[in-house]
Amino acid sequence: MEIETILEKYTGSQRDNLIPILEEIQEERGFISEEAIVKVSRFLKLPASKIYGVATFYDFFHFERQPAYHIRVCNGINCHLAGSDNILRKLEEELKVKAGQLTRDGIFKYELTGCLGACNSAPVIKINDEFYSGITADDISQIIEECKMKIKEA
Amino acid sequence: MKPTDLFSKEWLIKRILLDTSESLSSEENEMLALLRHDIVEQPVIYIGTSSCGVVAGALKTLDAIKKYLEKHKIETRIVEVGCIGLCSAEPIVDIQLPGKPRLSFSNVMPSDVEILLGDLLHHTVPANNIIGQFRSKLHEPWSNVQFIDEHPFFKYQKRIVLINCGISDPINIEEYIAKGGYRSYLKAITSYTPEKVCQIVDKSGLRGRGGRGFYVGAKWKIAREHSSDQRYLICNCDESDPGAFMNRSVIESDPHLVIEGIAIAAYAIGATKAYIHIRKAYEKAIEQMTIALEQASKYGLTGNNILGSGVNMNIVLRSSAGAYISGEETALIRSIEGKRATPNHKPPFPTQIGLFEKPTVVNNVETLATLPAIFNMGPQWYAEHGTASSKGTKVFSISGRVKNIGLIEIPFGLSLKQVVFDIAGGTKDNKVFKALHLGGPSGFSLPENMLDTVIDFEELEKQGLSIGLGGMVVMDEDTCMVDVARFFIHFMKKESCGKCIPCREGSRRMSDIIDNITRNLSYETSFETLERFKGVMQLEEMAEIIKITSLCGLGKSAPNPILSTLKWFREEYEEHIFDRKCRAGVCQSLRKYYIDADKCTGCTACESKCPTNAIFGTPLNPYYIIEEKCIGCGICYDVCRFSAIFVK
Repeated sequence: MEIETILEKYTGSQRDNLIPILEEIQEERGFISEEAIVKVSRFLKLPASKIYGVATFYDFFHFERQPAYHIRVCNGINCHLAGSDNILRKLEEELKVKAGQLTRDGIFKYELTGCLGACNSAPVIKINDEFYSGITADDISQIIEECKMKIKEA
Repeated sequence: MKPTDLFSKEWLIKRILLDTSESLSSEENEMLALLRHDIVEQPVIYIGTSSCGVVAGALKTLDAIKKYLEKHKIETRIVEVGCIGLCSAEPIVDIQLPGKPRLSFSNVMPSDVEILLGDLLHHTVPANNIIGQFRSKLHEPWSNVQFIDEHPFFKYQKRIVLINCGISDPINIEEYIAKGGYRSYLKAITSYTPEKVCQIVDKSGLRGRGGRGFYVGAKWKIAREHSSDQRYLICNCDESDPGAFMNRSVIESDPHLVIEGIAIAAYAIGATKAYIHIRKAYEKAIEQMTIALEQASKYGLTGNNILGSGVNMNIVLRSSAGAYISGEETALIRSIEGKRATPNHKPPFPTQIGLFEKPTVVNNVETLATLPAIFNMGPQWYAEHGTASSKGTKVFSISGRVKNIGLIEIPFGLSLKQVVFDIAGGTKDNKVFKALHLGGPSGFSLPENMLDTVIDFEELEKQGLSIGLGGMVVMDEDTCMVDVARFFIHFMKKESCGKCIPCREGSRRMSDIIDNITRNLSYETSFETLERFKGVMQLEEMAEIIKITSLCGLGKSAPNPILSTLKWFREEYEEHIFDRKCRAGVCQSLRKYYIDADKCTGCTACESKCPTNAIFGTPLNPYYIIEEKCIGCGICYDVCRFSAIFVK
C-alpha cells in the first residue's frame, strides 16, 4: 500500500494519531523510510525532525529494511538467569555481527528485546513470529542452519 | 447445534442483561448452563493457548488433538482458553465429558494426546499428568481424582480478577454474559449516580495495583472535582517489567472483564472516552482485546447511548511502541498524545491536567478488572478479604527457580514465605533458596529472613519495600546477586528516557561501577584500579542521591536493586571486590577453570578451542590451564567429554 493511501485513512487527524500512522506504515512497508517521515510531516503539519524524534524514541520503529530472520532474545530476568548471555555470545559467534547489526548477507539480525513474558520456558528467543523455548547455546547453530535451509529452498 | 444459534443476541440483552426481575424458564436456565459449560452435550476439550501455552507448544498439541479426533471420527468441541495460572504446567488440556466434571491435565505434549484422549473417551482417567477435577454441583465427581482447588498451587488462592482465566473462552461474549458478565456495569449505569459509584469503590477500600497503592475512590474523586467538559480514563497495560506478566495474562484470558471494569470507571469519573494502552510486544493480548471490543460494540455495550441508558462510552485501543518508561502515567499520556514518552513533573497530577490537558485517570489493568466483582458482590464482601489497610486480593506472577511458575491471586495478609514455599512449591532440584526479588527492575532482593514479611501495603512500606507491579522472581544458590543488580541496572540504563540527569547519567555510572566489580583485572593499569575503588566507595552514596533527585518514579526507584543487594548481600560484593571471586560462578570474568589431571586424557579438544591459547600440554598427557591467560569463557568446559575441567 502506498503511504498516501494510509494517510488518507487518517484525514483530519492530529498529532495523537502519529504513532498509529507510523505503526501502520511500518507494517505495510517493513520499515520507516526518510520519504515516509517527510510525507507524514507534511500531512500532520509537524516538523520532520519532531516526527523523527518521536519515532527514534520507541524501540519498535526501525529505519532500514528488515532481514528475513529477525531474532529477538528475551531480556527478562528469568531468561538472564537461565543463561541468555550464552545464547547472545553464541549468536555473535555464529553470525559474526554484534547485536542490532545486519549480517553481511542481509538474512539475519539479532537483538535483545524486553521481557516476552514467557518466563515458564526460559530462555526464550523469538524468530520473526515463532517462539523457541528452553534452548541452550548448542541449539543455536542448528536453528540458524534450519533458517538458512528455508531461504535456500525459497 | 451451537447454543448461540437457538438463543440470539437479542435474547441475551433483553432477558439476561436488562430485565433481571422476571425469573427464567427452565429451558432458558438450561441454555445458560450450556453457554457456561456447566453441562455439555458432547465432549469438550479446552486447551490453553495464551502466550505461555503457545511458547510451551500448545499449538502443536492442538494440531495433534485435531488429527486424533479426525482419525477416530469423534464429535467434540474444542475451546481455546487463556491461562489458568500454572504456566509451568503448560500446555494444559482440560476435558469435560457429558455428565462429568471437567478434568485438567498438565504438560500435554503431542505424543501424549493419543493415550490421554483414548483413555478418557472410554471413561478411564489416565494416572499421568493430572492436575485435578473442577468442582461441579450438577455432576457426580470422578473417584480418586483430587479437586483442582486442593492442588497446593490453587489452595491458598482467592480468584477475583482471575476468576475466568483459563476456564472460559476469552473471546466469547455470550459465555461471559451467561456467567454474569456486564451485569455489574449495567447495574452501575442504571441504578447509581457516578458519585455513588465512587462511594461504593471507596467503601470497598480498593487501592491501585500499579505500584503505589493509591486509593482508587479518592483518585476518581479528585478527577471529578476538577471541572471540565471532557475527562479521560486510561487503562495502563504497558507492563514491561522483566519477570512480570499478569496484565498480559488477564487481557489475553479475560478481555471482557477488563472492558467492563474500564466502562464502570469511565462512568464514575464522567469520561466518555477511554484508552487501553497495551504494549506492542503483547501481540496476542492486542488481538484478543480487538476482538472483544468488536463484540462489546456489537452488543451495544460500548458506543453511544448504551442499551438505551443515555450513557456514552467509547474505548480506543492503542499499542505502545515499546518504551519501558511509557508505563509511567505522565509518560503514558504523552505517548498517547503522539509525543516522546518522557515523564512530566508532578504536580499538576494527571487527575487535574492530563491527556489533552483534561482531567485524566490512569488505572492499572488489575485495578479495573476488580471493579465488576465489587459491584456484583458488594463492597462489604470485597472488604472482607485482605487486611485492615489492604483490602481484597492481589495478582502476582511468580517465576525463577521454583517448582510452580505462574500467576497467582492471593488475599493480602499472606506472608512471602507462604507464597514461595507453599504455593510455588519451593526451589527446584532441592537447591538452597537465596533471594526473592520483589517488584521488577525497581524492586528489592530479599533474603530468606525477610520472607516472614506479610504482603500488605503498610507492612511492606514499614520495611521500606513496595509490591511494585507484583512480579516475584525466586533465586537459588546458583545466582550471583551482584549479577542480578548488574542486570537490573543495565536494564535501567537502557530504558532511562534521558530527560533528567540523575537517572540518565547516574544509571550509566552505576552500571560502569558494577561492571568494573565483575571484570577481570589481568590487564588493569594503576589508574584503572584507582577508578574502580573510587567507584566502589561512591556506589552507595550515588544510589541514594539518584533516589532523591530523579524526576519520575522510574528514576527514583532505579537504585533499589543495588541498595537492597548491598544491604542484604553485602558479603557477595566484598567477595567480588577483595577476593575476586564469584561464589555462584556466574560472573564470567571472575571464573577460573582448572584441569583435573586424573581425568584428563590429553585429547586436545580443549586446546584447539581455547580462544586465548591458555591451555598447554602434550597430546595423550594431562593438559593444564595458565591462570593469567584464562578469560573464563567456559568453552573448554563445554567441549570436554571427560568432565576433567572444573570451576573454582
